[in-house]
Amino acid sequence: MNEFLLIYRREADFDTQFTAEQLKEISKPWMDWMGGLAAQSILADRGNRLDSAGKVVKPNNVVTNGAYVEIKELIGGYSIIKAASLDEAAEIAKGCPILAVGGNVEVREILQM
Amino acid sequence: MQNNKLISNLFRTEHRKVTAVLARVFGFEHIQIAEDIVSDTFLLATEKWGQNKLPDNPTAWLYTVAKNKAKDHLKRNTIFTQKVSAAIMAESSLSEEVEIDLSEKNINDSQLQMMFAICQPVIPAEAQIGLALRILCGFGIDEIADAFLSNKETINKRLLRAKEKLRQHKVKIEFPDTHEINKRLETVLLTLYLLFNEGYYSVSSNTNLRKDLCLEAMRLTYLLIENKATDLPVVNALFSLMCFHASRFEARIDKNGEMILYDEQDSCLWNDELIVKGTNYLIRASRGDQVTRYHLEAAIAYWHTIKTDSAEKWENVLQLYNKLLILEYSPMAALNRTYALAKAGGKEKAIIEAEKLTQLTGNHLYHSLLGYLYSGVANEKALQHLQTALKLAKSKGEKNRIAKNIKKLNTLKK
Repeated sequence: MNEFLLIYRREADFDTQFTAEQLKEISKPWMDWMGGLAAQSILADRGNRLDSAGKVVKPNNVVTNGAYVEIKELIGGYSIIKAASLDEAAEIAKGCPILAVGGNVEVREILQM
Repeated sequence: MQNNKLISNLFRTEHRKVTAVLARVFGFEHIQIAEDIVSDTFLLATEKWGQNKLPDNPTAWLYTVAKNKAKDHLKRNTIFTQKVSAAIMAESSLSEEVEIDLSEKNINDSQLQMMFAICQPVIPAEAQIGLALRILCGFGIDEIADAFLSNKETINKRLLRAKEKLRQHKVKIEFPDTHEINKRLETVLLTLYLLFNEGYYSVSSNTNLRKDLCLEAMRLTYLLIENKATDLPVVNALFSLMCFHASRFEARIDKNGEMILYDEQDSCLWNDELIVKGTNYLIRASRGDQVTRYHLEAAIAYWHTIKTDSAEKWENVLQLYNKLLILEYSPMAALNRTYALAKAGGKEKAIIEAEKLTQLTGNHLYHSLLGYLYSGVANEKALQHLQTALKLAKSKGEKNRIAKNIKKLNTLKK
């Protein structure tokens, strides 16, 4: 089994203010998805969510606001899963709830040092 | 006859107290001497009390005899006088003789310190539980063998090896430093948790013994709660979990010693007092923001004390299992999560998730679960899974239960 990083991306202006009730509604599919991965014993690291604020540091002391580089897409969070191959990891990522809100998942194999 | 019963009860409760106190005096270096003194004391009691009348205060009698034997030994043994006693005397500022303190406070302190001394990652969990049963709970080797479905020789060897290991690692019988408590407590709690589970889920047919294991685990956990330094949320969570589980003692095992599944239990037999107790300790466990597996398992057990099925109940149980699994995977949690999903979101959803649990295909409980999920959805498939479960199941009780479900499904199909 190898480890794969799942990078969750979505629209940059997605993260607006939510009520507690809405947050609960958003968190349920995520908890079910993570719980499902954990039940298969393939969740290596639940990872974290990332705040939408960020800065990009470039050469020559250039620092820009915004966590995104070019496109209006933001990394919302990441997890690490275990899978036999990149194809299998991608198949697993099809269940991610970010797809239901127009986001996407980037799947990358982690190469051990 | 009555004397025998009294002696065996006293043996359990007093044996562990005297052992803990003496073991602290002698240290793991010479724990065998402590154990021998205790054995001699009880042997003498059995002989004397068998022939004559019981002394007015049997406990005091035991303490006096044990104390004298210990003191005699300390005086007699030259190695001891030179090595160990010198150190003890220096510490205790008693120049004349060593004090063997069998007061309630010192007994409790000694037991707590012993608990920390035994629960060490350097010895395997099984051996920790064995030593806890022997030294902290006063169980006989034959009883420990019965609980582990093993034999006396194996258990004796296991305990000897473990004690040797503790000696090699120079484990001291003392209370850990304040900053170390949390880390050390982790191992202690895991051992108590496993000790409880050994009784609760054991396949041993000795129902009374199994219950005793659970009660001992609860007693030791409570000892930690009574001590200020270890009265932490996580300890309260574990105790709460044990109370909730223990509340179903009478309901979960039938007259023949066979398990009764949760769904089929007579909830009138649930112990309300223990449920209330579990709830109170769960509230005490909620101080602070630490959420451990014991918190989550206690919360799951809490929801199971509510007999009425509701979407709310099972949705809560599902989310708790999600959190538990994310924290730490276990096959049982994976299966129970899928069951909760079926109850909260319907069997179709649960089947999709269950089919993904390919790591469990060798587990009879996995096939029992699929048998349940496919019942009424695709009965032929349900039957296949139940038959696989029947083949994989080991205990007679489980085989009977699966066979019963197969029969039920067959009648439905007709």
